[in-house]
Amino acid sequence: MSLRASSNAVDCLVIGAGHNGLVCAAVLARAGRSVLVLEAGQTIGGASVTREFAPGFRVSAGAHLLHSMPATLRHELRLEQHGLIAAATRMPTTALLEHAPPLAVEAWACGVESEARAAFDARMRRVARALAPIIERRPPRIGSGGMRDVLEWLRSALRLRLLGRRDLRELLRVGGMNVYDLLEEQFESVALQGALALDAVLGSNFGPRSPGTVFTLLYRMAGQELALAEGTELPRGGMGAVCAALAAAATAAGAAVRTGAPVARIVIDADRASGVELADGERIAARTVISSADPKTTLLRLVGPRHLDAGFVRRVDRLRGRGLAAKLHLALDRAPAFTGLEPGRLGSRLLIAPSMAYVERAFDHSKYGEFAPEPVMEITVPSAVDPTLAPQGRHVLSAVVQYAPYELKGGWSDGRAGAIERLLGMLERHAPGLRDSVVGAELLAPPDIEREFRIDGGHWHHAELAFDQFHLLRPVPGASGHRLDIPGLYLCGAGCHPGGGVIGLAGRNAARCLLEHGE
Amino acid sequence: MSDRPDPPAHYREPLLQTPFHARARALSQVDQFTPWSGYTTVDVFTTVEQEYFAIRNAAALYDLTPMSKYRIGGPDAVDFLDRLLTRRASGLAPGRLAYCLWCDDDGHLVDDGTLFRLDETEYRLCAASRQLDWLAASAIGFDVQIDEVTAQIAALALQGPTSCSVLKAAGLVGIEHLKPFQLGRYDCGWPLIVSRSGFTGDLGYELWMEPDHALGVWDRLHEVGRSRGLRAIGSKALNVARIEAGFIAPNIDFIPASHALRANRARSPLELGLERFVDFDKGHFTGRRALLAERERGPRRRLVGLDVGGNKPAHDALLYAERAGRREVGAVTSAVWSPTCKRNIALAMVNWPHCTEGSALWADIYLNRELVWERRMTAARVVDRVFFSPERRRRTPAVDA
Ligand SMILES: Cc1cc2nc3c(=O)[nH]c(=O)nc-3n(C[C@H](O)[C@H](O)[C@H](O)COP(=O)(O)OP(=O)(O)OC[C@H]3O[C@@H](n4cnc5c(N)ncnc54)[C@H](O)[C@@H]3O)c2cc1C
Repeated sequence: MSLRASSNAVDCLVIGAGHNGLVCAAVLARAGRSVLVLEAGQTIGGASVTREFAPGFRVSAGAHLLHSMPATLRHELRLEQHGLIAAATRMPTTALLEHAPPLAVEAWACGVESEARAAFDARMRRVARALAPIIERRPPRIGSGGMRDVLEWLRSALRLRLLGRRDLRELLRVGGMNVYDLLEEQFESVALQGALALDAVLGSNFGPRSPGTVFTLLYRMAGQELALAEGTELPRGGMGAVCAALAAAATAAGAAVRTGAPVARIVIDADRASGVELADGERIAARTVISSADPKTTLLRLVGPRHLDAGFVRRVDRLRGRGLAAKLHLALDRAPAFTGLEPGRLGSRLLIAPSMAYVERAFDHSKYGEFAPEPVMEITVPSAVDPTLAPQGRHVLSAVVQYAPYELKGGWSDGRAGAIERLLGMLERHAPGLRDSVVGAELLAPPDIEREFRIDGGHWHHAELAFDQFHLLRPVPGASGHRLDIPGLYLCGAGCHPGGGVIGLAGRNAARCLLEHGE
Repeated sequence: MSDRPDPPAHYREPLLQTPFHARARALSQVDQFTPWSGYTTVDVFTTVEQEYFAIRNAAALYDLTPMSKYRIGGPDAVDFLDRLLTRRASGLAPGRLAYCLWCDDDGHLVDDGTLFRLDETEYRLCAASRQLDWLAASAIGFDVQIDEVTAQIAALALQGPTSCSVLKAAGLVGIEHLKPFQLGRYDCGWPLIVSRSGFTGDLGYELWMEPDHALGVWDRLHEVGRSRGLRAIGSKALNVARIEAGFIAPNIDFIPASHALRANRARSPLELGLERFVDFDKGHFTGRRALLAERERGPRRRLVGLDVGGNKPAHDALLYAERAGRREVGAVTSAVWSPTCKRNIALAMVNWPHCTEGSALWADIYLNRELVWERRMTAARVVDRVFFSPERRRRTPAVDA
């Protein structure tokens, strides 16, 4: 019997209760569709989740900072009413240096370079602002010939044209550059260069010298342009709170969310998505299926090559999606004491990226399957501003560790202890005594991230975010714009434009696309 | 498919020689060889006419070894083939073969070839050009083993009215009972797999053997074939026969999708008039959605047969809707004077609606008469492109000429 024929079919079945899946569900439910979200894990959140990692200590196990969720989306879904509260906003950034006091990276605090910094920021922000709508909107589809797609092209081109001649010329000049050369040209301070370069490579498979890293930097800045004026935030209760608020918004609008429901297969009947089959064999009928799982999982495993064209499958198979960022979680029995750090700045983003050369060197090791002897880190101590995460007087340290190869030489089961040791050694250099205060430690390497969050390859963006996997080409040519060639099937996760980060645009745009097509 | 060895360093090799090369070289009177898929093969042994008449009136032996051959096995072999090919592979019984097509995502023909089902589990795909890259792409997600076996299998086509009797004389017991598109195992002193198939549209067989046996088989066939008019032929003569049979050739009648550089050059099976080999009801296959959309939209052009006036082959002629030659509606892809049909025939890609059978067209034929060019606007009519298809091609037991 065809699934579609059954009368209890939901309108929209969303696979995955990460933030994009939940945004998509909320938007669809608010538009009057019956929506069911199926999440494989026991909890919602995907890579935007808060969980315990040591008795009494909780941490944002994936993403740990909220910086790019568009203000419009937060208002549309009334996330504040649904319980999203910031523990800290406008988080500053501090560069930790070994032989110098920490450097506040804000423009006004950059000493002799504050003027250069301000000018650089202003120009980059103007360009980022012009890019922001391109990031915010659904990309057109190449070769569709449809009027909507042609208009979208023109609109994007016009927006860039409106930049003005000087900024446009600057965009064309720097757009394809690497961030190393750009920052080298702009600043003297290696510490400032290192800190700014990190933003260009965080979560990616790039070093500062890799081509296209000015683009990734602009991209991140463009996302931030769309966000609230509050800047980078730590949500109270960790990143899981974002998804809790999204789930509340979705269920308030009538959507249902089921956890512990791993989808084994998307059912295709007569070349149309007609529902899903769960791992235990249960079948659920749906008029449309929207997947927030990464593109390889969705297309190669849940749909399967049998239902797809060979050229398309090859492109998906070749999609670069090996993660290179790890996550370190430490439970501390007292506040870490970073040398020279003003007590007020413990709640800032603390970077260990003292120079671009340092970052590049750490990256070099990863190319050969090695964990860098001197790793790069983006550290937060969320318990400094959010008492809900650790017992009274104790603290949680959460760090993105850049350049942890998916395929570590010798394997992660043998290499993990050594890697943690190296990270603790590095932290100890900046915060003497920290090692003694550690009461629990966890390192999530890319394979762990893959397993825990069910992201093939364990990549931050589900698939590398680079020129050749961006916008029209994301996740692959022929699948941009959420709607797949199989009728009734949509993608809504980070593998879609505009990529990863807790942004929610992929989820929202997928929902809008579906509604526009009258499904 | 994951652990494929590095491809051989083919660029270090000049043109390869087939296992029949020594004999072919000895028989060649005009020294006309041509490269085919990395092998050197004979274009003409003596004269095209002589070889052509061997195909149509006696028996012709053609070296097929450069055909790219792939062994396909593994648990998902049938599913893999059903997704690769436009027709149903699961319907192919062991011991049979089928003409088949495969398309890219846009529904454009990558190549055509024959699929052999050697036994329950093993298939062999033969194609005019190398296909490993596309097969490897198509294998992603399937538990299938694909091996290129081109060099491991020597092959000969034996075609023509006396082909069956040549094989009988060579000791292939019961060969006359082999049906079209059936294959069997035989012996002529050396073991052979024989399929009743070919590229001439006539009674004919294809013989597949180990390279070590190649010269033995060749000599044996020539020995018993002498009294039956057997003659080795090159690709030129074969080309005349295949045009008469209405068969298409890559890079002549269509550009394989993987070779086409310009947009709009690749062609779909519907445009090539091969829709009977496309099964839309068998489930998904690569290109199905594009082909469905094309079918919905209606055809833009079609490869058709042409009956051309006069006796000058319409090589490369542009086609017009009226004699004045203002409205160009297509072009000839293959043309020949057919000695057997006594007709001036051609294959041509013609725009809709001029491609419907019976349409009257004009072919702009250029003739080089001792370095003076003449232009002849010649009337042509769209006809069924199978110009030659004798009854003996289908009859089993095969007639003994
Ligand atoms: C180490 C790390 C640090 C990061 N730090 C930050 C940061 O600080 N700030 C930031 O903005 N971003 C950060 N990111 C990126 C961000 O976390 C992700 O890009 C984002 O969470 C992706 O959201 P999503 O909803 O698209 O997908 P996911 O959050 O991955 O959700 C997909 C969901 O689908 C579920 N699923 C998968 N398969 C199935 C199935 N078969 N059946 C049912 N359910 C299934 C998964 O369990 C998962 O819940 C970080 C990422 C990593 C890996």
